[in-house]
Amino acid sequence: MNPQTTPEASDSENPISIPENSVLDLQKVSISYSGNPAVNGVSFPIAEHKITSIIGPSGCGKSTLLRSLNRMNDFVDGVTLDGQILYMGQDLYGNDIDPVALRRRIGMVFQKPNPFPKSIYKNVAWGPSINGYIGSMDELVEQSLVQAALWEEVKDRLHESALGLSGGQQQRLCIARALAMSPDILLMDEPCSALDPISTAHIEDLLFELKSNYTIVIVTHNMQQASRASDYTAFLELGNLIEFGTTRQIFTVPQQKRTEEYVTGRFG
Amino acid sequence: MPNSENTNLKKTGLYKDNIQTRRRIAALFQYFCALVTWTGVFLLALLLYQVSVDGIQWLDMQFLSSFPSRFPYKAGIKSALVGTFWLITLIAIISIPVGVATALYLHEFSRKGRIHKLIQLNISNLAGVPSIVYGIIGLTIFVRGLALERSLISGALTMSLLILPVIIIASREAIQAVPMSTRHAAFALGATRWQTAWAHVLPTAFPGILTGVILALSRAIGETAPLIMIGALTYVAFLPEGPMDSFTALPIQIFNWVSRPQEEFHELAAGAIIVLLAVLLIMNATAIYIRHKTEQKLK
Repeated sequence: MNPQTTPEASDSENPISIPENSVLDLQKVSISYSGNPAVNGVSFPIAEHKITSIIGPSGCGKSTLLRSLNRMNDFVDGVTLDGQILYMGQDLYGNDIDPVALRRRIGMVFQKPNPFPKSIYKNVAWGPSINGYIGSMDELVEQSLVQAALWEEVKDRLHESALGLSGGQQQRLCIARALAMSPDILLMDEPCSALDPISTAHIEDLLFELKSNYTIVIVTHNMQQASRASDYTAFLELGNLIEFGTTRQIFTVPQQKRTEEYVTGRFG
Repeated sequence: MPNSENTNLKKTGLYKDNIQTRRRIAALFQYFCALVTWTGVFLLALLLYQVSVDGIQWLDMQFLSSFPSRFPYKAGIKSALVGTFWLITLIAIISIPVGVATALYLHEFSRKGRIHKLIQLNISNLAGVPSIVYGIIGLTIFVRGLALERSLISGALTMSLLILPVIIIASREAIQAVPMSTRHAAFALGATRWQTAWAHVLPTAFPGILTGVILALSRAIGETAPLIMIGALTYVAFLPEGPMDSFTALPIQIFNWVSRPQEEFHELAAGAIIVLLAVLLIMNATAIYIRHKTEQKLK
């Protein structure tokens, strides 16, 4: 639970605790929209089979940063990225990386549930089928829905429209859909912000379950969620990484005054 | 019930009591809108009535199954009706794939630069170009340039040019209306742009695209000027057997009959108009049925 952390002097202002096995490594990542900087020189690692949360006030660039991790920003005109994001040692933005193949490995769950206007079954099955899955689709769909803690609620209406589900169920369906691809990394962009507290609790429980098999990066507005659910926390403000460390460290003994003020709710 | 609310509001003294005036204006506007609507409907009904009175007596199997003739009681629309079916089928085969693919390319694939804007603007402008101009283009390019002669394929290609802008614009609107979040969901599963477009964007946009396509085909079925321009024949006593054959179509036959002096031919024209309207109606009804079916499936 509490891996060995060593303060590292790569950036003298930000002592960084380095997790042992990182799947993603952000190195001086800067992102700008048509020349307007949104993220400035951010560096931190994403630990394997851990939950890393990115917190910070609105407009601090946390969603932008998250979307850069599976190149979803490619679809936004005028976005440029400097620095490097290493995925198992390879530059995500290198010429030899196919973003389509990449997104197959790094899945994403969005802020608002966005099921396809199709049946529950097809929502889960579509991703694997276009990627050439040859196993038993029925089993995969069931297994994914079980993992997303939705199976019991939908098993009798798999072929009904996904739009008939409640918001919380839709979001768990979106998680099941992402899990069906068995991604290396699951990116979640404020997955609970559109949900009621009960659905939120469902999804947080789910995060704990998933942690043993998946690497999760979650952007959240919710301090409690970050402190409850995550192992590592990165605190961003105005596009700058203020502090990165184990969640316990960030929430109990923050090194930076801004971090302390933010996590204790004095601003943001 | 609304009155009690009004008195409450009045008591606050913060508002001038103008509810009566506002209601009157609202009612006035409502009557105006109703009047305008019903005027249109009435005129249309009058037109249909007039045409029916003139043409219904000629409408029988003999009329549908005879070739044109210089004797009114022997004349029919067999060649025109078959020509119209040929034409509309060819137009659909040519214009729907080209139009939808263009819209898809413009919205899903192309870079949104200056050239993109220029093309968009030009397509919108092309939708407003008079049909006779397309006739001239068809005559120059297809009839003469590609030496396709006065054939069905020349007519279909010309008509396709004419309705392409309409199909493209309607398809683009429908494609634009598909939420970005749907595309993102697909991309995040490792789908290519094509897989995303084929599996999610097109099916969701399909009802809208269909509406545009039907409007466009309805326009094509009634167009006369471009066909006259490219030289569709007015007297055809045989049926076309392939796209390279010469042809006539319902609007041409109607145009030919109304330009004759004898009263009987005017009535024949009315009969042909009824058939043309019936064909249109069947096409639209089919489209509405399919659209309804697909919309149900999306829910």
